[in-house]
Amino acid sequence: MKLGFSDMEEAFRRECASWLDEQMAGEFADIRGIANLVDKPERRKAWERRLAEHRYSCIGWPIAWGGRDATLNEQVIFAEEYARAGAPNRLNHMGVELLGPTLLALGSSEQKARFLPAIAEGTAIWCQGYSEPGAGSDLAAIRTRARRDGDEWVIEGQKIWTSLAQFADMIFVLARTEDGTRGREGLSFLLVDLDQPGIEIRPIRQINGEAEFNEVFFDGARCPVENMVGAEGEGWTVSTTLLSFERGISTLGQQMQFRNELDAVIAAAKHNGKAADPVFRQRLAEAEIGLRLMRYGALRMLAGGKGGALAGAALTYKIQWASWRRALGELAMDVLGQEGEVAPADAEGWPLLANLYLYSRADTIYGGTNQIQRNLIAERGLGLPREPRGNA
Amino acid sequence: MAFALDEQQQMIAETAAAFFAENAGGERTRAAMASGIDRDLWRAYCRELGFGGLTVPEDLGGAGLGHVELAVVAEQAGRTLAAIPLLGHAMATAALLASDDRAAIDAHLPAMMAGDRSVAAGERGGEGLLVPHAAQCDLLLLLGEGGAHLIDASAATVEPLKSLDETRPLARVHASAGDPLPGGAAPCEAARAAGVLCLAAEALGGAQEALDRTVAFAKEREQFGRPVGSFQAYKHRLANRTVEIEQARSAVWWAACALDEGHETRALALHAAKSFCADTYLRVAGDMIQLHGGIGFTWEHDAHLFFKRARAIANMLGDGPHHRERVARIMLDDAA
Ligand SMILES: Cc1cc2nc3c(=O)[nH]c(=O)nc-3n(C[C@H](O)[C@H](O)[C@H](O)COP(=O)(O)OP(=O)(O)OC[C@H]3O[C@@H](n4cnc5c(N)ncnc54)[C@H](O)[C@@H]3O)c2cc1C
Repeated sequence: MKLGFSDMEEAFRRECASWLDEQMAGEFADIRGIANLVDKPERRKAWERRLAEHRYSCIGWPIAWGGRDATLNEQVIFAEEYARAGAPNRLNHMGVELLGPTLLALGSSEQKARFLPAIAEGTAIWCQGYSEPGAGSDLAAIRTRARRDGDEWVIEGQKIWTSLAQFADMIFVLARTEDGTRGREGLSFLLVDLDQPGIEIRPIRQINGEAEFNEVFFDGARCPVENMVGAEGEGWTVSTTLLSFERGISTLGQQMQFRNELDAVIAAAKHNGKAADPVFRQRLAEAEIGLRLMRYGALRMLAGGKGGALAGAALTYKIQWASWRRALGELAMDVLGQEGEVAPADAEGWPLLANLYLYSRADTIYGGTNQIQRNLIAERGLGLPREPRGNA
Repeated sequence: MAFALDEQQQMIAETAAAFFAENAGGERTRAAMASGIDRDLWRAYCRELGFGGLTVPEDLGGAGLGHVELAVVAEQAGRTLAAIPLLGHAMATAALLASDDRAAIDAHLPAMMAGDRSVAAGERGGEGLLVPHAAQCDLLLLLGEGGAHLIDASAATVEPLKSLDETRPLARVHASAGDPLPGGAAPCEAARAAGVLCLAAEALGGAQEALDRTVAFAKEREQFGRPVGSFQAYKHRLANRTVEIEQARSAVWWAACALDEGHETRALALHAAKSFCADTYLRVAGDMIQLHGGIGFTWEHDAHLFFKRARAIANMLGDGPHHRERVARIMLDDAA
């Protein structure tokens, strides 16, 4: 068991760091440090393409598909340096981290050839069409329908909470392809072009005033039959494979962002004197400890590890970071007091810590709410009886 | 970097788990409560298992292993509530090695490694000094401002006390300070580090066992026509404790690795591990009683043994607020 990295890995770290710093100090200085997902989408698309030009867009992918075949440690290092350099959240997170690995694992060779290069090159931005008004935690309750029409699937229905759909080119959709089925049966996984008449996207405003997520309406939208990943009716398996990639390396980069947020809280506490208050000192220490343990928990999760260790660390990771960040948001506001509630009258959006306070309320909802996480931990991790289900 | 036990560490963990499962726990622990120590178990640990010199360099006759190995072994000891003087042993071994005092090493270490001489360790606090296992051990390691003192137990006044944790009873110790071990602050620091790590790992093991037993009960016990573990309030509580235990495991591994590698986060890791693991154990052991209902409140059930051990660990070598304040000093770079 080891904490440190090898000399070669440290050399890779310096290489990434200097390239990233150069970009963030130079041509892309205008998008440095953007913490939300919606500002300057065009510039961020340009940034996706720049990453690709230097083979930094998907370093964990195979070389043949535009990656670097990077080792786990190299991916960890890149994620950390990316965040440390203040590079913006990846607009194509869902293409690179979710759909790409899913296609690599389950896609046909034609699908790989058609869709992977555009993700690697940063020219196709993807979004995730899972949730519906009636299917949230109970994702299998999906009602969006796809019916076969010659060489095409024709889609009717509605998705909701679809992040970044307004900037995306493509959407992966979980839809019901078999009439009369319920639950996990009869679902299929489709890759759909957003730029067509049968699709309407309406942004939804969030509690922080921004609109990151959207409603996506399908009214006769079409995709060719070869855009189905996995077999007809196997969509549930594909969708859960995809979700398993959600706990990827990017979490380590995310932690660097958390570090910046905690540092901002520390700075505020020092500035207004709360850092000398024993109660606040205890809470700040708890936050620091939580962040460090998140890092080592993620490293354990990524290292695999024998026996129950991996299952435990991986299953508990989502609720761990989400709860930590929500508590940090609360600590930030407690530290700031009333000053935390205000911004200049002409401010666009909220300063870092107010935004953290608001946005972190979503962390414990998307990607499986804390309640759902606890069910998963109890049922999959501890083997306790499953939730009783209704008959609806 | 691979943040997982390597093959040898995994083997040691399994060996220790099998040893303690066979020789400690349940009845054995209860039998040891009368005298406060399980001497046969300790001898078997040192000799048959050969772990008496786990962290002692090979040229001194030990196994030459590090803190990671110590942690995985202490975790298993904690799981079975083993009534052995592992804490004092680990601390005294670390202090002696750090002192580099050949005479003291030759005088004590071989007998300690063979299980013939046991050590109780404590930290000088306010007035009287409460030391776990002081009335049961041959030597006392006393840490304080003046350094680390390793003295014969017979040279001190040791007043045995009725203790909450009867598997590791406390005694009040009065001793006049003689010469400390040489090496300046090093023996004290090394002993404290080994002790804190040991306690954190023990807390992790105890918490894991308390959780596992509660989960097993939750699947068996039925009320309202279904297993109590099917009620969401019940399973969510167990899920919360699971999340904490996983973090506690990360904390122990981080601290152990940081010590072995002399990593810059060493001090932070130890303070984090001690406070986090002890808090976790307190919560899991408390929930163990609650989630068992009436049976959990009986003397006959083991829940109270975990509950009491958790309380004792929380107070030893600095409590949660103390260690968190230390974390605060490091992160805020001040000494408020
Ligand atoms: C910022 C943000 C971005 C998102 N981005 C996307 C996206 O890009 N693509 C996408 O498909 N989806 C996205 N989502 C949707 C997200 O996955 C869902 O909101 C989430 O799964 C919860 O579903 P729901 O909103 O329907 O709430 P519901 O499932 O209706 O839950 C309501 C409440 O009931 C609780 N609850 C539900 N079931 C149980 C149970 N069995 N036991 C106990 N409590 C229960 C929940 O925990 C919650 O508190 C996003 C959500 C947010 C907030």
